[in-house]
Amino acid sequence: MSDQPPVLEMRGITKRFPTGTLANDAIDLDVRRGEIHALLGENGAGKSTLMNILYGLVPPDTGQVLIDGQPVTIRDPADAIARGIGMVHQHFMLVPVLSVAENVVLGNEIVRAGQLLDIDEAAKQIKLFAGKLGFDIDPFGRIDQLSVGQQQRVEILKAIYRNARILVLDEPTAVLTPQETREIFEVFRRLRSEGASVIFISHKLDEVLEIADRITVIRRGRVVGSRKPKETNENELAELMVGRAVNLRVDRGRSHPGEIALEVAGLRAKDDRGHEALRGLDLVVRAGEIVGIAGVAGNGQDEIVESLMGLRRPTAGTIRLAGKDLTRATVDERRDRGMSFVPADRQRFGLVLTYPIDDNLALTRYADPPFAGGFAGLVRNFREIAANAVRLIKEFDIRASGPKALAATLSGGNQQKVIVAREFGQEVRLLVLDQPTRGLDVGSIEFIHKQVIARRDHGAAVLLVSAELDEVLELSDRVLVVFRGGIVGSFAAEEAQREKIGLLMATGAARA
Amino acid sequence: MSGVRSVAAQIWQVASIPLLAIVLAFIVAAVVIVVSSVFTPTGFEPLLPFAAYASLLAGAFASDTGIYNTLVAAAPLILGGLAVGLGFKAGLFNIGVAGQFLVGAFGAAVVGANLADAPAVVGVPLAMVAGALAGAAFGFIPGFLKARTGAHEVVTTIMLNNAAVLLLTWAVNDLVRAPGFSFPRTGPIGNSALPILLGRNLHLGIPLAVLFVFAVRWLLDRTTIGFEIRTVGQNPNAARYAGMRPIFITALTMTLSGLLAGVAGAIQMLGVIGFYAPGITASVGFDSIAVALLGRSNPIGILFAAILFGAFRAGPPLMQIETSVPIEVIDIIQALVILFLAADLIVRRVFRIRAPKAEITELKTITQSWAGTASGGPPS
Repeated sequence: MSDQPPVLEMRGITKRFPTGTLANDAIDLDVRRGEIHALLGENGAGKSTLMNILYGLVPPDTGQVLIDGQPVTIRDPADAIARGIGMVHQHFMLVPVLSVAENVVLGNEIVRAGQLLDIDEAAKQIKLFAGKLGFDIDPFGRIDQLSVGQQQRVEILKAIYRNARILVLDEPTAVLTPQETREIFEVFRRLRSEGASVIFISHKLDEVLEIADRITVIRRGRVVGSRKPKETNENELAELMVGRAVNLRVDRGRSHPGEIALEVAGLRAKDDRGHEALRGLDLVVRAGEIVGIAGVAGNGQDEIVESLMGLRRPTAGTIRLAGKDLTRATVDERRDRGMSFVPADRQRFGLVLTYPIDDNLALTRYADPPFAGGFAGLVRNFREIAANAVRLIKEFDIRASGPKALAATLSGGNQQKVIVAREFGQEVRLLVLDQPTRGLDVGSIEFIHKQVIARRDHGAAVLLVSAELDEVLELSDRVLVVFRGGIVGSFAAEEAQREKIGLLMATGAARA
Repeated sequence: MSGVRSVAAQIWQVASIPLLAIVLAFIVAAVVIVVSSVFTPTGFEPLLPFAAYASLLAGAFASDTGIYNTLVAAAPLILGGLAVGLGFKAGLFNIGVAGQFLVGAFGAAVVGANLADAPAVVGVPLAMVAGALAGAAFGFIPGFLKARTGAHEVVTTIMLNNAAVLLLTWAVNDLVRAPGFSFPRTGPIGNSALPILLGRNLHLGIPLAVLFVFAVRWLLDRTTIGFEIRTVGQNPNAARYAGMRPIFITALTMTLSGLLAGVAGAIQMLGVIGFYAPGITASVGFDSIAVALLGRSNPIGILFAAILFGAFRAGPPLMQIETSVPIEVIDIIQALVILFLAADLIVRRVFRIRAPKAEITELKTITQSWAGTASGGPPS
């Protein structure tokens, strides 16, 4: 394959943002025909900027783009599309109330008899393309009724429909379930066999090793290495990405479980649509242990976490913390009793993006001393809020221009660190962690895992919910498997076998 | 020195769009004035806008009387603007200031008339409090409805505006009609009138309104309640997660918003009008929305925006007398200001502004509050 001429070359691409950030520093990249090329790097390394330059969304300061050996100027996405470049953004650009076919042809409609939209012809073509890529899709299905994975395929179809030969995907797997990830990889392979080139941005090591033909690693705006999967391994890639040796396997040490901290008995709750999501769930977490919940997404994990946080009212059952019934307690009372929460969706629940870091670091204790006092305890104490921020920024190594930087300006990893600092930076009895490392790079994951273990060793009970089975297995002292709203298995860390747990997750029984 | 410059830069960042929208409105209105001058007896007058704007400014600011008139007109707009702006902070669009204003004015008029012969130190405060409480109660209704049932405040407050007009017409006719007048109205307020501080008409309500500017600023910036209001407005999910109660905050914010509108009605009643009669206009209610938008919900910004709108009331007569440019031109300018605020892209293009902070986020509350994601709905 290496004798194939590159279909795309980017030479000496440099981009400095008005803020002074050097996002791309003389980057060279070449992609061959029929190649799956992974761009690997930490959050903020400059991967997305490079691809936005390729797609005409950001003008480069210097550098050259060549397609089929010819220098080209790409001023806007229309130029890019005309050159056969397609892009699938992390946040899809689809019209929710229109059908698949309508979305695919949008801006490129087939017309018949002058002005009539020939949607049937478009539907036929879409069916054909989908078949070539190995999946089935209803061209007349409405976007808002499709799963995230299906919507992503519509985005890919959109690009193919516009004759894309080079398809760029920005963190395509970040929003997918493991099953959907396998399916999208199959689509990549089909694209490759059709002669298209795929560039995908990722910071997940196992993924790039599985699917890519070549991996280019970017750190702080520079290319630091290019590898073939066969010639490298996770440890080397992690080191290239982060710039230092990274401990991918956390050293959990021994746990010393103490008294029962959290006791959930017979918990029942409904989901947003009114279906029973928890059906008499029991679980116990002791002080000084990490209990992980493994399960396929949608088996009641969200409802467990929301019931514990006090954001969802259970229909039956009890939640006790250190013996005290908190089933109907408010969020505030729960926090006062020593519960802390890291929510799954950090931008929707965990942070107020338009607030500075210091307000976010006091968000869940804004009304408690020392953050408020004075007149009936209603006056905010900005000196304490600032001092708290300075301390936590240092302690948790939050990279920001200062306590007054807006949360929206931070990278995903640093946003999560703000939440972790706030929720971990005090005495806690119970930590509830929902997808604590989703979307983070290896450096941040390592840091957060260490913090979790430190809290456990400090005597906190930890309940971990994660869609990443690897994370659950690595971090947990005890693993529970949830299936259709109930716990169907419980394993001590040393006897937790991947295969057995996988089977339980999928079928709810130890034998299929 | 760099501190001063960075403060100026910060102010420019948030105030650039409103200021330039005003400039652009005056420029476009100037074209209208010139074009329309062609059809007047004097014929084409390219310099007419300069003369008109000069007399407009002179009418509003060049004499003591002008300044007093401007401030008297601005006072209820300051309070009304604060009422709308406070709602915006919580992600609520209170279109009900008109109704809350009338209810507040009525409350102040009735209590003021009953205490007409009592000493002013008794009558004035009680009448003011009555207006404030009446407005608060009338703001609480849509707040409670939203918190309890999810009923959208835009719908309920529009309906309550009509309800207020009709209810008060009935009340003046059948409950509190003062004897001895040829039309239904409340009695004279006598000693309960707000004391005149300067000139013929600059009453106590003006410093009071300015006081409220700083009170609301303090509430929003310095207190936990203000933090709750802003958090619910910015991200209701994070507010719940942080232990706040968006439902309660929604009801509270609407009540406080109604209170401010009620105070606006009370000072207008006790400082200017003097009695309640059906047909009292509540244009303050809608101008308040414009003032809040122009002031970008910032109390200090609202103060300046209200003074500008006050000048739009006080200045035009002199302009019409001196230059024959009709008073209605002011309506065009006002409408253009709001148009350019709403279509801020025009302002950005014309003046080449990039600052992302310059975005008028309040418009999102207006346009997106229909999507059902707004704060304070009942928990599912």
